[in-house]
Amino acid sequence: MRASALAVQRGDRVLIRGLDLALMPGTVTWLRGSNGRGKTSLLRVLAGLSSATQGSVEVLGRSARDAGPSLRSQFVFVAHQNGLKDDLTALESLQFLARLHGLPADAASLTQALQGMGIGQRRHALVRTLSQGQRRRVALARLLLAKTVPLWLLDEPFDALDTQGVDALNTVIGDHAAAGGCVLLTSHQALSLRSPVPLLLDLQAPAAA
Amino acid sequence: MSQAHDQPAASAVSWWGVLGAVVARDLKLASRRRTDALLPLAFFIVAISLFPLGVGPEPRMLQDMGAGVVWVCALLAAMLSVTSLFALDLSDGSLEQMLLAPHNAVALALAKCLGHWLLTGLPLIVAAPLVGLSFGLSGPALLALVGGLLLGTPILSLLGALGAALTLGLRSSGMLVILIVLPLATPALIFGAGAVATVQSGQSAAGHFSLLGALLIVTALGAPAAIAAALRISTE
Repeated sequence: MRASALAVQRGDRVLIRGLDLALMPGTVTWLRGSNGRGKTSLLRVLAGLSSATQGSVEVLGRSARDAGPSLRSQFVFVAHQNGLKDDLTALESLQFLARLHGLPADAASLTQALQGMGIGQRRHALVRTLSQGQRRRVALARLLLAKTVPLWLLDEPFDALDTQGVDALNTVIGDHAAAGGCVLLTSHQALSLRSPVPLLLDLQAPAAA
Repeated sequence: MSQAHDQPAASAVSWWGVLGAVVARDLKLASRRRTDALLPLAFFIVAISLFPLGVGPEPRMLQDMGAGVVWVCALLAAMLSVTSLFALDLSDGSLEQMLLAPHNAVALALAKCLGHWLLTGLPLIVAAPLVGLSFGLSGPALLALVGGLLLGTPILSLLGALGAALTLGLRSSGMLVILIVLPLATPALIFGAGAVATVQSGQSAAGHFSLLGALLIVTALGAPAAIAAALRISTE
């Protein structure tokens, strides 16, 4: 994925101006910036949910605007909100998302994915009864179903996770990068990811409002 | 990207697959929240039963206004239930995920309308003959009422969903939906109630049904695309 001369605006405020970004296979990029700097806005633009004020986004050499639905199968976006329904069980919630996104949705893969994030025990519990951290794990379990999807966009994935959760996610991200995938994530806390070493993209400098 | 590039990233999701998954999910959610799901039907029955109490029990008058009352209450029941159609999905982030899925958002829009119709339109159609009886409607008139609602309630779901998508995320969206949709839904109301009146006067209601059918086709072709576009704008 490549973005050039990107400008992102939220309301009247220009958050990001003239940002050039290239995400290469096998890398993890850490998008850093203080609150309100436009990290989430940038991710939403890259995911095609919002449109950029200026500049263009290209995925695999094709313009994101023209590619349409087929492009959306090239990335997974785990947003700040988990996208789970309170009245479904963890398994059902994940199954719905997997089915919608064309990921493996059979019970075995789903259970395996939930176990991978250490939440397999509670797979039949209603999402309503899960804690914030457990919900985050369920949402992130989708990544384990999406190993073949090249690009992962993760908005504050480590939010609400305990140390085991962070370790599990680090492993998942590390494995994905090692298999040639590419990850762009935001995080307030310093990353404990060791392999691969995350590339740093700091929004502090260019975002002169 | 060697490995990830050689194989397809995710298997293609068919149009019907999306439709089925979203409808099945909405039905399952409704079955977990039965009281919420039954509210439109309860509103429909209670509102209709107020009319004989309010205007007096004169059989002739009740027969004349029965179909109109049923239609107006069906319209209001649909509007009241449609405001939460996308709002809950927006607040927990699932709407965003649905829009990000690798398929056209039109399938999603259509699925949400179909779900809404199955959960509110269909129960109203089933209840309509019963409440129609309390207005003293004759057999053929009841048949015309049900036939009209069969064609008309999907129109209400489609238009209601459009209103809900347009007002998504706004404060006092409930009132706005009603203001936007009611004028659009008047033709369905006129022909639906008109069909019953025509049958009561001993004529064929075929013309009314044809017009309702035409309205349904036009709405079904136009509304889902408009809903999809409105959802994209609302989530931006």
